[in-house]
Parts: sequence; C-alpha cells; structure tokens
Amino acid sequence: MSRKVYADNAATTAVSKEVLESMLPFYQEVYGNPSSLYALGREARTALEEARATVAKCLGANPNEIYFTSCGTESDNWAIKGAAHAMKKKGKDHIITTAFEHHAVLHTCGALEREGFSVTYLPVHENGIVRPEELEAAITENTGLVTVMYANNEIGTIQPIPEIGAICKRHGILFHTDAVQAVGNVAIDVKEQNIDMLSLSGHKLHAPKGVGALYLRAGVPVSNFMDGGAQERNRRGGTENLAQIVGLATAMERACSTIAERTERLSAMRDKLIQEVLKLERTRLNGDRTHRLPGNASFCFQGVEGESLLLMLDLKGISASSGSACTSGSLDPSHVLLAIGLPHEVAHGSLRISLGDFNTMEDIDYIIETLPPIIERLRNMSPLWDAIESGKVSYDAYF
Amino acid sequence: MAYSEKVMDHFANPRNVGEMKDPSGVGEVGNPKCGDIMRMYLKIEGNVITDVSFMTFGCGAAIATSSMATELIKGKTIEEALKLTNKAVMEALDGLPPVKVHCSVLAEQAIKAAVSDYYRRQGIDPTPIVGEIAECEECACQV
Repeated sequence: MSRKVYADNAATTAVSKEVLESMLPFYQEVYGNPSSLYALGREARTALEEARATVAKCLGANPNEIYFTSCGTESDNWAIKGAAHAMKKKGKDHIITTAFEHHAVLHTCGALEREGFSVTYLPVHENGIVRPEELEAAITENTGLVTVMYANNEIGTIQPIPEIGAICKRHGILFHTDAVQAVGNVAIDVKEQNIDMLSLSGHKLHAPKGVGALYLRAGVPVSNFMDGGAQERNRRGGTENLAQIVGLATAMERACSTIAERTERLSAMRDKLIQEVLKLERTRLNGDRTHRLPGNASFCFQGVEGESLLLMLDLKGISASSGSACTSGSLDPSHVLLAIGLPHEVAHGSLRISLGDFNTMEDIDYIIETLPPIIERLRNMSPLWDAIESGKVSYDAYF
Repeated sequence: MAYSEKVMDHFANPRNVGEMKDPSGVGEVGNPKCGDIMRMYLKIEGNVITDVSFMTFGCGAAIATSSMATELIKGKTIEEALKLTNKAVMEALDGLPPVKVHCSVLAEQAIKAAVSDYYRRQGIDPTPIVGEIAECEECACQV
C-alpha cells in the first residue's frame, strides 16, 4: 500500500473522533425537538444553548448574537444581503469588498449589483493583503457595508481585520468578515476587533459538513434569513440541526483553546514544506510569507499546469488542490491568483497544500520527496517550459 | 464528470512523449494563457508517418488526447492522419468531460499544424491540402 496524505484541509477536514462522539447522543438518545416542552425537548434545548455559548465564547461574543446556519455560504448570504438591504433603507447603497473574496461573497455582491447596489472591489496587491488606507479612501457618503475575508482560502493571507474594524466603526459602516478559514487558526475577538458580522463553517475545523454559524452583533439591522418557526430567535426558522451544532461547538472549543500550540505545530510543517519546495527552480510562494494561515502553502511552478500536477499527486496518494482552471470546470484561472497580479500563464501552474490537525511531519517529508520528480516530469513534456528554458518567453519577473 | 480509465492510463503513461530529433514537420497549437499548448512532431517517409511524438503543457485531458492522437496516426499515411477527427480521439479514450472536449480539438489541430509544416518544408503550400488551422470556439478562453 502506498502512502495516503490528505493535504486539502482548506477544502474540508475529517470529522475528529472527539467531535463525532459528542454528536452521537443527539441522534438516538437526546433526539427531542429543542422547541418541545417535555424533558427530552428541554434536554435538547439545553445542549443547543450550551453549544451557542461555546461558540460565542470562542469569538468574544454574547450567546444571543450567535445564529446557527447550514454553512459558511449561508452565513455570508444572510449577513451581506441582509445588511445591504437594511442600509439601503437609510440611503446607503455602496458596498466595499475585495477582489479575492470567496465566491460565496463575490457572487453575493454580484447579485446585489444586479439589484442596483454599487460595489467597490479593493485590490489586494502582490502580497495578497488589503491596505486599510485604500479601504478608507474608498468610503463614500453612500457606503453602508464593508465585507473583507479574515483569511484567504487559496493563498492563506491574513487580512488586517482589527484595523478595518476600527475604520468601519469610525465611519459608522457595518463590517462583515468571512472568517471560514480563520476561525480556530487566528485569535478572534469580535468586540475588540469591531466586527459586526462574522461567518464561520464547521467542516474546516474537523466538524461535519452542513453546519455553520453567523455572529450578528446585537442591534445590527439585518432581516430574517428564513421565515418560519421561532427558532434562532425568529431569525432563521427550521428545526435546529442539533447533533451537528453540538459537533461544531466541540470542534470550535478545541480549536480556539489550542490556537497557540496548533499554530506552532502546523507552521513548523508548513515552513519546512515551503523551504524545500522553493528549492525547485522557477517556483514561487503565493501570498505574504508571514501573514498567512499556519497550515497554508500556495505555490506556482513555471511551465506546469495545475490539474495535471494534482492528478499526478493523486496517483501518488496525495490529495491537494489548485486554483487551476480545469479543476473547477472552467477555463479561467483562479481569480485569487489573478488578483495578486499573476498572469494567466503563471496562475495556471498553481498548487495549494493546506495542512490540518491530522497531518504529520512524515506527510511533509513524503510530499517533499514526491513533488520534485512530478514537476520535472511535467516540465520535460511541456512546450511552455521548453520556451521558458530557451528564453523565448520569461515569467521570471513574477518569481 | 470524471475521467475514464483510458484517459487516466494515457495521462499516467503517455505514449510517444518527448522532443523528436530531426522531425519532418512540427506543429504547435494552443495558448499558455488558456492553459494548454500541444506540440506534435512527425517523421514522414514516403507519405507515411513512421514516427510521431508530442509535448504538451496542459491538463490531464490535454496530455491524454495528445498521447492517444499519436497512437492513432502512427504508421498511417498523411491522408489518413488528416482525416483523424477530435471525435475519433474522444471515442478512443471512452469519452471526455464536456469542458474538456476542446483538448481533443487541439490534438486534431496539432496534427494538421505538423503536416502543414511538413508541406511547407517541401515547398508546398499546405492550405489547399490541410485547410486552415482553426482552434475550436470552446478553446477561446477569457484572456
């Protein structure tokens, strides 16, 4: 049996044993509806509110500011559309975001543009970090909402969220952040950092797929997500997905209480990987070297196309991803890599390795040993590499 | 839609891959901005393609279609090679995902480009025989 290395934890993670065990009682024992009055329902209600308190504590929020949702995308849609519509009633129909948000935010902003909102997409520069002064300069008297991701899903760069929060507070603008990649990796305090709304997702944290949460600061004027019963304080009807909500709370408690040691462990693996991979010629690291998630390493290799690289790695048991066109079924390369100024020809040759709690240094060694011969093999059959080597084209300015 | 076993076989073990010394004709199609370039080398003796090889920058389907196309024209006459359609390449690979159909068109066009180069080296205008080297509309990615 060849080795299997799962190195795509930014896409999703395995559910941890601890999380799974915390969920199991809520399927066949405490299966009551949290809205029911009898003991079984009350017990479920208690677990639900304990989970809410746990999630709130991890974020420095109050429990009544946490709403459970089905995923990060739902949280983003709810916060952004809800806040945009509420601010429009006050005559503010301008939104500021960045060029490299997740599609859950970008396409939500696009939908609002089609409704008549105007949206500014801030540049994120070569290092993949938005500049607070540019954000402040983009504010107009019509700006009602700012949405900037906490950490980028593809290149892992961490954004200056506290600075942005302070600017938004000073100008009286609502501030939302998609923190799906950041929660559990970065210390977040929504009060200190002046965050009005924050989206998070369970399955990036070793909780299951299908559960997320939205922090909505008390008093933020956001309309209800779904009309229905009185669940989630009348804001999101529908019987609560209790077992998964409990799983999310277990995962968040673990992640948020161990940020320091996990950061040390993950970044040691990441740094070794980066150091070794960058020894390959004409190879670059995407995104700022230091302001990045502890488990993220994103590279571009000249003369190599990302999908064939991923397939070759998969044949060797390594699961990773690429911002490459082909993986997403479109021919266009990653909007994130284009946003940091890379040309299409370079952006096509990307590889994202994202590490999680279950990875080991042996995994890193295996990747370091497996990757170079694959790059060499693909370059040997690449007419683009041939053109690069013979000096007919050059992308060295980006490397 | 995932790749067929045949696509994966030709991707993992590409046939006739690599640069050719002293080819009779070389053709290159595609665009690095779109993420795929195919280069086809032909050795032609007395109207027969006695050897063929390719170099490809591109996705799994681009590599697999290049490989399969070389297999399908090796030992064939120029006329037979020019009749090779992208459909025949796809069928030989047990199909391609819809978004990858353009890779098979590139393979077809790469052969035509190499044959055109061969004719030009012979001092013959290839256009009446080979036609225009046109890449399919699906290849027109947003650049």
